[in-house]
Amino acid sequence: MNMATLIRSPEGRLAVITLLVFAFMAMLSPDRFLSVQNLTSMAFQFPEFAILALAMTITMLTGGIDLSVVGIANLSGIVAAMIMIRLTGSDAGAGVLILALCAAVVVGILAGACNGILVAWAGLPPILATLGSGLIFTGIAIALTGGSALMGFPPAAAWIGNSTTLGIPTPLILFGVLALGISLLLTRTAFGVQLRMYGANPLAARFAALNINAMLIKVYVLSGVLAAIAGMVVMSRANSAKADYGSSYLLLAVLIAVLGGVNPYGGYGKVIGVVLAVLSMQFLSSGLNMIGVSNFARELIWGVLLIFVMIVNTWAAKPR
Amino acid sequence: MKLDFARNETLVALVIIGFCVAAAIADPGFLSLATLTDLLRSGIVLGIFAVAAFIVLVSGGIDVSFTAVAAFTMYVTAMMLNAVAPWVPWWAALAIGMGIGAALGAINGILIAGFGLPTLIVTLGTLSVFRGFMLTFVGQKQITTLPPGLRDFGRMMLLRGTNADGSFYSLHGAFVVTVAVIAITWFILHRTMLGRAIFAIGGSVESARRIGINVAAVQFFVYVYVGALAGLAGVIHASMARVANPFDLVGLELSVIAAVVLGGARLAGGYGTLTGTILGVALIILVRNSLIVLGIPSTFQSIAIGVLILIGTGLPAWQAKRAEARAA
Repeated sequence: MNMATLIRSPEGRLAVITLLVFAFMAMLSPDRFLSVQNLTSMAFQFPEFAILALAMTITMLTGGIDLSVVGIANLSGIVAAMIMIRLTGSDAGAGVLILALCAAVVVGILAGACNGILVAWAGLPPILATLGSGLIFTGIAIALTGGSALMGFPPAAAWIGNSTTLGIPTPLILFGVLALGISLLLTRTAFGVQLRMYGANPLAARFAALNINAMLIKVYVLSGVLAAIAGMVVMSRANSAKADYGSSYLLLAVLIAVLGGVNPYGGYGKVIGVVLAVLSMQFLSSGLNMIGVSNFARELIWGVLLIFVMIVNTWAAKPR
Repeated sequence: MKLDFARNETLVALVIIGFCVAAAIADPGFLSLATLTDLLRSGIVLGIFAVAAFIVLVSGGIDVSFTAVAAFTMYVTAMMLNAVAPWVPWWAALAIGMGIGAALGAINGILIAGFGLPTLIVTLGTLSVFRGFMLTFVGQKQITTLPPGLRDFGRMMLLRGTNADGSFYSLHGAFVVTVAVIAITWFILHRTMLGRAIFAIGGSVESARRIGINVAAVQFFVYVYVGALAGLAGVIHASMARVANPFDLVGLELSVIAAVVLGGARLAGGYGTLTGTILGVALIILVRNSLIVLGIPSTFQSIAIGVLILIGTGLPAWQAKRAEARAA
């Protein structure tokens, strides 16, 4: 593949941008940015919001959006935390952790099913359905905890977010498996084709006799499960659970999905684009952090990057 | 007058009345001038925000950056006036705020009308750009000494008095500004060609273009106007709070949009009323300020607002879906 065909696709352009950002940061502080320590710390940092961005991606492919992901993540984190704190006395090992994980995933499924029913059966616009449900999930999380943080987990809980498996950070493996799975789901199954078809043209999808309601519910359940898994990573890394963790992750997840070339009106988007967007964001923030730029400047640069990529994409899409 | 139960305005108004009746039964002290002025006071800034969000929704777009515009404007205005022109009177300070806001809105306008980018993404981007720029290059510290003009404005009261039980009540002068903003926006939307054009674009961009509307120019106006309103709201917020805190306001954007949609404006554009917008804001404020009167602890506040959004937008959506199913 030569350069011209590479920059013709949004993902190709993004790959070039990601490489440029990496090279630029490596040049600015070669010994620190390229150090093993920095590379591992980056690998621990990004999976939690990258998984949320995956959830955002699949809902955006249907022309929807899921604004409740952070609410679901925190609620499932709190449910898992409560289970672990209650049961720690009896068995401090992996058993409690697995039980807590299962509970979190169940919370994700239920929350996602609520969203799916609101969007598919009640016909609410996804942005409002998930805005409202997100407030409710956060509200339940506050009511369960009284707003304070839950702490005191068994040591096994650190495994998800703070350990390495075969020398690779566990959250990174988790993200890799999920990204690969979603990518295969979208490109290799009938469900993935249906999903993009509905996003591209809902009316055509209905006339093609797709079971739209069932499909939408599955999409939001999947999004809820991904959010719950992200919630587990956050809980494990922070070694605590709280109703208002990661509130900045919501807009970040939307931003990453859009930066990754996902069309927020539905129909187009690739997982590889989202992965590249996550990497470029993480390279930017770690690199800028190293040269002493504040967190707020990071926000500024993310915004500029998003608008810049959108201008380039629209300009490149125009027939000439 | 016949009540039309399919309209959001009717539903929201009924919920507001029901809420007030329940609150009055739970606590007879609820029906007092002090409660009313408290609620109106909270409505000053939120009301201007809601009008801004409403006009964007009518034009078929969505703007999530207005809170960042407001925070940026209030901070920069306060800092600038303190540094170079402390003698500026309050009305000029408000005008400067509108000017800065309009300039930031013009950036949104250029990206949306000029480059044709999707509104949600542009404003999401500019939200972080405006906020990031302010916090990185302008400052992060609260400005506790406001310029004299804004301090004067902050003390301006429309009415003040003492209740029978000795508590004070007052209505801030900025309430007049909010009423004026609503009146001017109503005039633009319903008595000018520009207003018809905004509704037309929201209904269908292509149809609007074919009847000869300059779509880009109208869109540009909408975002500049929204920027000016947001700037105005920001400066008013600082004078009422008597401090310019750069971390204020941002984060309210989705609640404001939810309030507007609760009042019947459609996310798809081209439909909605200012009356509904005001009712939507009133309901959200009522829930935020007075849930405690009904004996519901404030930890349940976000659940209550979430349920309201789901029911308020779900009922009309469900009715529309049934009507469509019957027609098909």
